[in-house]
Amino acid sequence: MIFLWAFVVGGAICVIGQLMFDVLKLTPAHTMATLVVIGAIVDGFNLYEPLVKFAGAGATVPITSFGNALVHGALTELRDQGWIGVISGIFKVTSAGVSAAIIFSFLASLVVRPKG
Amino acid sequence: MLRGKQTWWFENRPVIIGSATVVGPDEGDGPLADEFDLVHPELDMGQKSWEKAERLLMEQAAEFAIQSAKLDSKQIQFFVGGDLMNQIISSSFAARSLGTPYIGVFGACSTSMESLALASLIVNSRSADYALAGTCSHNCTAEKQFRYPTEYGSQKPPTAQFTVTGAGAGVLALEGEGPVVECATIGKVMDLGITDPFNMGAAMAPAAVDTIQSHFNDTGRTPRDYDLIVTGDLASVGHPIATDLLLKDGVPMNETIFKDCGLMVYDVSRQKVQAGGSGCGCSAVVTYGHLLKRLNRGELGRILVVATGALLSPLSYQQGESIPCIAHAVAIDSGKERKK
Repeated sequence: MIFLWAFVVGGAICVIGQLMFDVLKLTPAHTMATLVVIGAIVDGFNLYEPLVKFAGAGATVPITSFGNALVHGALTELRDQGWIGVISGIFKVTSAGVSAAIIFSFLASLVVRPKG
Repeated sequence: MLRGKQTWWFENRPVIIGSATVVGPDEGDGPLADEFDLVHPELDMGQKSWEKAERLLMEQAAEFAIQSAKLDSKQIQFFVGGDLMNQIISSSFAARSLGTPYIGVFGACSTSMESLALASLIVNSRSADYALAGTCSHNCTAEKQFRYPTEYGSQKPPTAQFTVTGAGAGVLALEGEGPVVECATIGKVMDLGITDPFNMGAAMAPAAVDTIQSHFNDTGRTPRDYDLIVTGDLASVGHPIATDLLLKDGVPMNETIFKDCGLMVYDVSRQKVQAGGSGCGCSAVVTYGHLLKRLNRGELGRILVVATGALLSPLSYQQGESIPCIAHAVAIDSGKERKK
């Protein structure tokens, strides 16, 4: 059943992105940034975590998850470390994703020649 | 000689004594494949960067055009060229290889006719015996500069256009065999407030319409005087808009054949090029390749090429500015007896 909900929820997020692209004529950068912000706001209301439990990868794979992770890390650190945690926590959860992007980009650049 | 408000009349009848076109794989797969002098099977053409590949296109087109005019590059007195790259590097770097005195021009995709008009003016005024006009574009350099990195794989709406990978060049002289450049109408910059860079055809259509009407007003000609009128790269969205606007203004475009280079260079229904071709190379390869050959074969008597250009920069677009557009028209006659 989780596969079905992952498909439905993940697909729905992508449909929203596609509509922003085609109907609202947003650029890919604006579309992506807006989805990140939406994910952050949804987590601010404590609603993203339940969505992840419900739809699994359907909620964690789309870019909204990145916004969720930014806010989630900041709020967790706020609880544990006090106000300084808002700053130090932002990249706590997302560091794996950010580091992976840098490391794998580097590895890819060793074997292919990017032309831009 | 100025005729009317914005048309140069070349009374000494400069002749295009040689021309050449070099294209990439998608153009070589299109309906005009047989009309090009060289088709590169790979987009990178064995070069290290897309920019180097675009430069190679320009260098080869210039070299082949000079060869077809049976001249040596030392005999070319001026090269008038331009392209879409920042600081028109493709043409300037190609001019470095050519070693001829160089006039760099920018008119976005209208550069093909802008450079031809200027080269004709130079030859017509006897300021040179031989002048070379040429321009180029590459799909990947344009994507990279104006849109997104080529590896990014960004989606495009169906109104978007596909930049032609190709270069075209022509050698002008007062003596010799070949099609004659009769006159050129220099366009005004038009801006109707369109801000969508994925709908260039619609943005450029009013500029084409204005230049075509100015051309007829200045010269006293009508569409009937031309066997073919082509716009540069309005493609499947912009070309019908231009046709409608002209008919609405009472220009009898039904008396001639009115086509668009962006729809001629590709098979739009088969090739994945969205609305059709665009770029400096689009009108250049269709004109210097296909149309000049048809003029030389006697299939066409007189044509009008209206190259359209969108004068935006990535910066102006990011700052939310609308897209100013321009069109330049050049009338080319076969130089042979008209059949009609």
